[in-house]
Amino acid sequence: MAAASRGPGGAAARPGDRGLRVVGTPVRKVDGLSKCAGVTKFADDIVLPRMLFCKLLRAPVPHARIVRVDTSKASKMPGVFAVLTGRDLPIPFGILPVSQDEHALCPDRVRFVGDPVAAVAAVDEDAAFDAMNAIAVEYEPLEPILSIEKAIATPSPRIHDYGDEGNIHKRVALEFGDVDRAFRESDEIFEDVLFYEGNTHLAMEQHAAVAAVDPDGKVTVWSSTQTPHYVHRALAKVLEMSPAHVRVIACPNGGGFGGKSDPFNHEIVVARLSQMTGRPVKITLTREEVFYCHRGRHPVLMSIRTGVNRNGRIRAMDFKSYLDGGGYGSYGVASTYYTGALQTVTYQVETYRFQGARVFTNKPPCGPKRGHGTPQPRFALEVQMDKIAERLRIDPADLRLRHLVPPDSLTTNFMRVGSMGLGKCIEAVVAGSGWKEKFGRLPHGKGVGLACSSYICGAGLPIYWNNMPHTGVQLKLDRGGGVAAFCGEIDIGQGSDTVLAQVVAEVLGIDPYDIRIVFGDTDLTPVDLGSYSSRVTLMMGNAAIQAAERARELLAKAAAEKLGVPVEQVGFGGRRVFDVSDPGRGMAFAEAVVLAEAKFGTLGTVGSYTPPPSAARYKGAGVGPSPAYSYSAAVVELDVDPCTGWIRVERVHLAHDVGRSINPVLVVGQIEGSVYMGLGEALMEEQVFRANRNGVHKNPSLLEYKSPTTMEMPDVVSYIIEDPDPNGPFGAKEVGQGPLLPIPPAVVNAVHDAIGVRIDEVPVTPEKILRALDSPAKRFGPKGVPSLRWPEPIRVAPPGDGGAGRPVEAAPADRGTRR
Amino acid sequence: MARNVKSRRRPAGRKTSIRARPLPPLPVREKAHLRLRVNGETLEVACAPHKTLLEVVREDLGLTGTKHGCELGECGTCTVLIEGRPQLSCLVLALECEDRPIVTVEGLAEGARPHPLQTAFAELGAAQCGYCTPGILCAASALLDGNPAPTRQQIREALSGNLCRCTGYIKIFEAVELAARRLKDPGAQPDEETLYGRRV
Repeated sequence: MAAASRGPGGAAARPGDRGLRVVGTPVRKVDGLSKCAGVTKFADDIVLPRMLFCKLLRAPVPHARIVRVDTSKASKMPGVFAVLTGRDLPIPFGILPVSQDEHALCPDRVRFVGDPVAAVAAVDEDAAFDAMNAIAVEYEPLEPILSIEKAIATPSPRIHDYGDEGNIHKRVALEFGDVDRAFRESDEIFEDVLFYEGNTHLAMEQHAAVAAVDPDGKVTVWSSTQTPHYVHRALAKVLEMSPAHVRVIACPNGGGFGGKSDPFNHEIVVARLSQMTGRPVKITLTREEVFYCHRGRHPVLMSIRTGVNRNGRIRAMDFKSYLDGGGYGSYGVASTYYTGALQTVTYQVETYRFQGARVFTNKPPCGPKRGHGTPQPRFALEVQMDKIAERLRIDPADLRLRHLVPPDSLTTNFMRVGSMGLGKCIEAVVAGSGWKEKFGRLPHGKGVGLACSSYICGAGLPIYWNNMPHTGVQLKLDRGGGVAAFCGEIDIGQGSDTVLAQVVAEVLGIDPYDIRIVFGDTDLTPVDLGSYSSRVTLMMGNAAIQAAERARELLAKAAAEKLGVPVEQVGFGGRRVFDVSDPGRGMAFAEAVVLAEAKFGTLGTVGSYTPPPSAARYKGAGVGPSPAYSYSAAVVELDVDPCTGWIRVERVHLAHDVGRSINPVLVVGQIEGSVYMGLGEALMEEQVFRANRNGVHKNPSLLEYKSPTTMEMPDVVSYIIEDPDPNGPFGAKEVGQGPLLPIPPAVVNAVHDAIGVRIDEVPVTPEKILRALDSPAKRFGPKGVPSLRWPEPIRVAPPGDGGAGRPVEAAPADRGTRR
Repeated sequence: MARNVKSRRRPAGRKTSIRARPLPPLPVREKAHLRLRVNGETLEVACAPHKTLLEVVREDLGLTGTKHGCELGECGTCTVLIEGRPQLSCLVLALECEDRPIVTVEGLAEGARPHPLQTAFAELGAAQCGYCTPGILCAASALLDGNPAPTRQQIREALSGNLCRCTGYIKIFEAVELAARRLKDPGAQPDEETLYGRRV
C-alpha cells in the first residue's frame, strides 16, 4: 500500500486495516522485562559521584506570614553545604500561565501545612535532616480557611492577592440554549446536591529529583515527572536561564495518575542548590511529603437540576460545581471547566447551563488526578440518572440508551464527537452481567448498579498558547535494521513506550523489539507535552505514523529501484521489504535501509501532531475539545450488610470503547487499574484535614490513607469495544482514565438497589450507610450549596439552534478560547 | 567531633570566586563492618549501624532494584527474601542480617534466565509502572516455593501486604497463576480473556 495515502492522523483512510500485524496484538511491553528484573532506573535510583542530599523544611501551620527565617545555626552544622530560603528564588511559577502563584520556597507567606519554606543541601540525608530542624522560622498566624463554605464566606484574609473575588479563585458561567424555557417546558424536574470528597494519587514511587551542574553552567535535572517539557519551562523561568542551558530528563515514573504533572518546588530547589554547590544534589520526598505535594482530586460540592419530559428525554440541565482548590492554582482553572465540559458528551442534553467556582483554602493544592475534574460531575449526573429512571419507571440502562450522542456530531456545547461506542458498551455490560435478571430482583442486601461516562483523548489546546505541534516523533534508521524512536513522551506505567514501538513497527514491517525508544529528554527528544489528559496514544501515535511513513517512503523508493517495481508495489512485513505481487522477491529490512542510505544519505525522519481546530469559539472552550472521545459503561455487583453498613464488591463489568486497541492486554490492564482506583475513591480513599487541629492532614501515610488491597479487589470483567475513530492512530482512543469515571456512581447506584438508600456523597463508608438507613429520607448527603454571586453566563446558541460556537453577544473577532 | 578539612577545595561552580573556600565540617559517622550474603554472593559493607537493610542494599550495595514506598513498613514495596521468607527491608536493620541469606529482585533470575514469575509478569502487563513489582515478585516467589499451585485466594493472602496502584492486582494474580502453571508445563499459555478481555 502506498505510504502517501493519507496525511497525519488520517488513520481511518488506511487501506488494509485488517492486515495489521503488530497493532492489536498483546505483545509484551518493551520495558516489561527490565521492570521485572529491577533494572529500570527510577529517579531515586540515580547516584552521582559527590552527590549531596536535600531536605525541605515545611510549614507546620496552615496560614501565616513568615516574619523571620534564621538559617545561621543550620548553615554552620557539620556536613551542610548550602541553605536556601524563599528570598533566593523570588520568581513565581505554576503550571498554567494564568496562575503563576507558586514559589520554590515560600518567600513571605505559607498557605498550607507542608508548604516548603527552606532547603538544605548536605553530605548525607541525616546531616540534611538535622540541619533542616535547626532552621528557625517565626510565623505570624493568619486565619486558616479550610472549607468551601468558609472560603466563600470569608473574603479576607485573602489566601492569594489574585483571583476573581476574595478567596474565590475562579468563577465561570456558560449557557447553551434557553435553559429556563426548557425547564418550564419539562414534565419533571429533578434536583440533587452531592459531594465528592477529595483524594490523592498515591503513586507507589515518592517524587524524587536529582540535579547536576556542568562545569560550563548547564543544569540537568532528572525527575519523576509526567511533564518534562513544563518542568523545563518552569526551571528556565525561575533560574533565569536560557532553556538551552537547562536539560530535563524524565525518569520512568513509578506511577503518576496526574500527581507528577506540575512543576514542583523540589525540582527547582535541587537545581539551584546544585548551582550553588557545584555538586549533584538529590531529593527524595518522604511519603508524608508526597501527601503535601498532592495536586489530587478536588473535593467538589455539586448541585444538579435536570428537566426531563415523560419519556425521560433531558430537556434542560443546570449544573453547579464548587471546587475546594487548596492553597495554589495548579491546574485548577482547567479542573473547574472540566467539571462542566463533558456532561453533554456522554448524553444528549438539549440545553445546558454550567456554573463553576474554585476557591482557595489552606490545604495542599488540588489538581489533576486520573479523570481530571470529571469523576465528580459524572458521579452527580449518573446518580441522578438512576433517580430519574426510578421515578419514571424506566430501566436505568434503557434510559441511558435513549440519550446516546450521535457519532460524528457536535454536542450542545460544541464538542465534536467522532466515533461513539457507548451503546455497544451498555449492551456489553448489560448482557455480560445479567443486568435484566438482576436489577431490582436480587435479595435484600445484594444489588447491581450501572453508570456510564465519556472522556477526552488529549486536550485540543495546549496549556500555554502556541501554534506548534503537541507532540513530535523522530526516527533514526540504523544500517543494521534497528530503528531508534525519539519522543518526549514518558512512560508512567501506562505503556506509552510500547505503543510507540508497536506503531512504528507496524508501519515499517519490523518487530517492536527492534526499536530503541529514547523518551522524555528535553535535550534529545522532540517535545511531547506530557503524559496527562489521556493524550499520548492518540497524539504520539499519529506523530509516529507520520514519521514512520516518511521513513517508509524513502525505503520504498530505494527498494523499488532495486526490485524494478513501482514504489506502490513495495510491501513491508516480517522484517522484509518485498514486491507485494511476488512476496518471495525482496530483501531484508536492513538491506533496504542500506540502499536508502546510499541513495538519500543519513536516514532520519520526523512526524508531529496538532489536534484539529475546535468548533467551540467561546471563552472557556479551551477545556473540553479533544480529537476524540472514549466511552465506557460499568455494572457493579455488590452486597451491603444492613447491620454494619459494610460493602463487599463482588464483581465489576466494564466495557470501554477504545476505538481500536493497539495492545489489548495493556488496554485490559488500564481498565482493571481504573476500576481499582474508582473503587478506592468510591469506598475508602479521602484526603482530609483536621479543622480543629490547625488543618493538619488526617491520614498522611499509606497505612492510614486507606486504599484497596488484594483482599478488597473484586473480579473485573473487561469488554473491549472497538469503534475506530477517524482521528485516532489506527482508530485508537484513550483508555487510561475513562474507565475510572463510571465506577463511583455505579457503586452508589448498586447500594441503592441493594438496600434502598441513596448516598449522595463518596466515599461511601459504612457509617454513611447506617446514617442513611436511620434517616427518614433514607439518604445521606449534603443539604445544600452556599450562595454565590455568579457572573453573567456566556451565552452560546447550540448547534441545533443554528449557533456557530461563538458567544451570542460577542463580536466575530473574539477568540477568547485560551485557558 | 567534626573535623574541618581545609586542604580540600570546593569545585569552581558558577559564579564562584577563585578564592578557595573550605569545605564545611563533615559529620563523623561511626561505621559497622558487616558481611552480608546477598543473591548468593558474600559482600563486605561498612555502614552506619542504624541503617536498614533497604538502605544498605540500595545505597551501599548499589542494588537499586529494591524500591521503597513509605519506609514505615506499610506498603510492601521494599520486600526482599531473608532466609527464604518475605520481609520488609525497611524495618530490618542490616546488622540483623549478617550471614543470613538474602534475595533481592536482582537475585531471582538464574544467570541470564529470568524467573518464570518475571517472564509472566512482563507478558501480562502485571508490571505497569514496575515500582511495586520487585517486592511483589519476591513475595510471590516465596509463595510458589512453598506452594507450587496456589489458589487465587492464597495468592491474594500472600500478596496482601503489597500495595499496587496501577494494576488493580488482577494481572498480578493472573501472572502468578501463569508462572505456577509453567512450573508444571513450561509451554502453558495465558487465558484468552486475560489478554483480550471478555469477547462481546
